[in-house]
Amino acid sequence: MSSIPLTHILFVSTALFFIGMYGLFTRRNLITMLMSIELILNSVNINFVAFNKYLYPDKLNGVFFSLFIITVAAAEAAVAIAIIINLYRNHRSIDVEETQEMKY
Amino acid sequence: MTASQIIFYLISAFVLGTAVLAVTTQKIFRSAIWLLFSLVGVAAWYFWMQVEFVAAVQIIVYVGGVVVLIIFSIFLTQQSGSEMPKPPLKRILFSLLAVLFGFAFSYRIIYEYGFTPAIPAKPFTVPVSAIGEQMLDTRQYGFVLPFEVVSMLLLAAMIGCIVIAMKTVPKGKTVQKHIPPIGTNGSGKLITESKDLQVEEKTT
Repeated sequence: MSSIPLTHILFVSTALFFIGMYGLFTRRNLITMLMSIELILNSVNINFVAFNKYLYPDKLNGVFFSLFIITVAAAEAAVAIAIIINLYRNHRSIDVEETQEMKY
Repeated sequence: MTASQIIFYLISAFVLGTAVLAVTTQKIFRSAIWLLFSLVGVAAWYFWMQVEFVAAVQIIVYVGGVVVLIIFSIFLTQQSGSEMPKPPLKRILFSLLAVLFGFAFSYRIIYEYGFTPAIPAKPFTVPVSAIGEQMLDTRQYGFVLPFEVVSMLLLAAMIGCIVIAMKTVPKGKTVQKHIPPIGTNGSGKLITESKDLQVEEKTT
């Protein structure tokens, strides 16, 4: 189980983070940008759990941090989707290039 | 190479491959489904690291909640079968460069640092009872304050979502005017124009 070094887990989570960054850079649709943000948050969670498992196996703080991050991410996704739907209702578009005003 | 290592690399390849497909595919519904697979792969990763509780929370919250919410919002906001326009080549090139350089930078930092694991290596077991006791502990290293703050945050997010997504009815009218969806916009206009033409023909 511990035959995998910690650095390999960190490499893979870094790759996941930058895949999410690539999506955030290239996409111009609000829903797909939200998906990229979810990928980024997941890579952070993996890091927390891996650090907890390998460096401080007698504590639980990393597990708690990842649980709270999951909760905050769920709330963030819900609010973001409410905003997106409201934006679509007023603008008929969820492209970030076409949303130039915050007032409807 | 033991079975555990092989499973780890298989899960990694699965997560990264589906994540790449999720950010590059042009159909938005497929993108959501690839994201679903990627999140399931991350949950498998938590199972591999023997934190079963976090894996269960991941599956319940992400796969059961967030992705379903995203899919519903896709259904509500656009035609799921239509393809999104491709990003321009210049943007793809430069974001790829930025991402590759960022990855190389982080890779080098992690590789140089090395991270010596805790010695002696203790078995990492996370019983759910320990999580629950520390979560509701009011003494030092207890997490009861963040727990309550997060519950308030969830309540605020719920109310905020309802307020934001609620249909605002103008004061004069009782029912909001029906707006035709995008696809039927042109045809609706055509119909009204032809009616006008017919009216004009009758008058002439």
